[in-house]
Amino acid sequence: MENIYTPDKNDFEFISGRDIEVDKNFSSQGYWKGVAVHFFRNRFAVTGLILVGVVITFAVFAPVFSSYTYEEIVSINDGGREVIAKSLSPQFSGDGSQNLFADKTFIFGTDDLGRDLWTRTWQGARVSLIIAFVAIFIDMLIGTSYGLISGFFGGNVDNIMQRFIEIASSIPTLVIISILAIFMEKGIGLVIASLLITEWIGMSKIARAECLKLREREYVLASRTLGAGSFHIIFKQILPNTIGPMITQVMFSIPVAIFTEAFLSFVGVGIVLPQCSLGSLIEAGFNNITILPYQILSPIAVLAILMLGFNLIGDGLREALAPKLENM
Amino acid sequence: MKKYIAKRILMSLLTLFLIIFVLFLLIRIMPGDPFSVERMSAEMILQKREELGLNKPVLVQFVDYLKLLASGSFGNGTALYNGAPIKPILMKCLETSFKIGGLSIIFGSVVGLLIGIVAALNRGKFLDGLCTVVSILGVCIPSYVFMIFLQYSFAHKIPFFPYFFDPSQYLFSSIMPALSLSLFSISTIARFTRNEMVEVMNSDYVKLAEAKGLYGFQLIRTHVLRNALIPIVTVIAPLVVDLLTGAMVIEKIYGISGAGKLMVDAISGQGIDYNYVLALGIVFSSMYIAVMLLLDILYGIIDPRIRLTTKEG
Repeated sequence: MENIYTPDKNDFEFISGRDIEVDKNFSSQGYWKGVAVHFFRNRFAVTGLILVGVVITFAVFAPVFSSYTYEEIVSINDGGREVIAKSLSPQFSGDGSQNLFADKTFIFGTDDLGRDLWTRTWQGARVSLIIAFVAIFIDMLIGTSYGLISGFFGGNVDNIMQRFIEIASSIPTLVIISILAIFMEKGIGLVIASLLITEWIGMSKIARAECLKLREREYVLASRTLGAGSFHIIFKQILPNTIGPMITQVMFSIPVAIFTEAFLSFVGVGIVLPQCSLGSLIEAGFNNITILPYQILSPIAVLAILMLGFNLIGDGLREALAPKLENM
Repeated sequence: MKKYIAKRILMSLLTLFLIIFVLFLLIRIMPGDPFSVERMSAEMILQKREELGLNKPVLVQFVDYLKLLASGSFGNGTALYNGAPIKPILMKCLETSFKIGGLSIIFGSVVGLLIGIVAALNRGKFLDGLCTVVSILGVCIPSYVFMIFLQYSFAHKIPFFPYFFDPSQYLFSSIMPALSLSLFSISTIARFTRNEMVEVMNSDYVKLAEAKGLYGFQLIRTHVLRNALIPIVTVIAPLVVDLLTGAMVIEKIYGISGAGKLMVDAISGQGIDYNYVLALGIVFSSMYIAVMLLLDILYGIIDPRIRLTTKEG
């Protein structure tokens, strides 16, 4: 076996002038691009995205462009007299009907103190959304780190961390909230704190499950062999691969946060006047429901649209991240 | 199986003990004390504190409180009901809450399962779409909003049901709160049941059973439902506990004097009633832990694989 032939450079030649055909139909596609394609092909998910987008746009811009502020008690000119615009039903100017207050527009009407409900509703949506985003973002940071660390190290670390979660999660949310309500001032802080304490647990569970799956992968072993430290592996190698499920969880947590805020404000330990949120607006509307039922309609509608939108986005994301064969 | 259950029960008791300790500690180290609201001289406050044992070390107080609990009492309130004993009031409120909660759980799981099964059997047809719409509505409308709607339309506009809860017509006036409480469970259970059933129905062993000639009710009952049931039980149990939160607002809206309303009174009244918060916290936590324990045992019964792996491990 002495004369083994070794291929030489001259054995090969370039074929020029021929089109190299690239398979365009089945060309490979980035992961996130694939997710986006799946997501936007889903009618429900796109509807959800539009709904949430519309509400966010209004929440950001409507209070800015409104002629009243959310805490301003509006006076109007009624035949030469200055009257406080108390409890006006929604009315549009220029519809030709007998309209006492034809020169002013209150799209959602005014509340029983004479504040414009259009401005207040969007201001409330803004407050609710800010609370939800802030709380869930911090929850995501805490939950993800906790879950990843617990899942990655395993053994005793995992055992202790999981026992802690077990105990923390067997205190009902209601009890945590009521304890907090004694400790803290009513207001935004209380709502955010109760969301912080309760919502990170779900996130950490998902992060841990993902981490348990991923830590056995070859790239983790490779990284470890190259001398990477644990925290480098956790936050640089594993974390980017858990983003998909985490975002899905965030999309499902945001409606929970909005709901919790609405619930707390309704019970009377949430947002305090003259600040408003969707929950406090619903509460205010509920007090007048038998005589002025229109006051409760707008905050409820916005709340329901937000919940629906985020749920649809969450569903769409979940399907897009792990597409089933039958749906393709 | 016995070992598994014993282990779980022991774990739950330990958790409960820890929770009581944490709750107690939190409430005792709280800034301010029960007497800061009333106009009392410094000596009177001191005397009162001595009377209630508040000047002893916290751990001694905790042991005293445990003794109190062991004797089947929760002590007296500090602000609500002029400091009357908590237990009888709490019991009465819990009873009311349980009746409505129980009704809504039964309603929620039966209707939810039915909707889910119907949707799964008519997959991709009109009924399936209808069920999806119902379950989406249930998820995005909070139960108390639904309650407000029910109250406005069926008690105010059409005065069929009483406008406020009426203890003399117990069952009749429980219908609306139970219905609105169960809205969320109906939608969650229906959605979950449908997805699980569809998954099981596509599995190989159901295809085999079909190929062997099984069909209709027998196939669904023996092969599909039993296997779809495990994940469904997982959703039902936490829902039971979530009812508490929903019940709090619904009781406020409908004027029901239940445990949720008691909690609201205890935390949002003029004087915060520390002992009520503690007692309610303990009751709610132990209920939650009991439900979780039951759930774990139920798993073992429904799915033998779980208790087998636990035995080995």
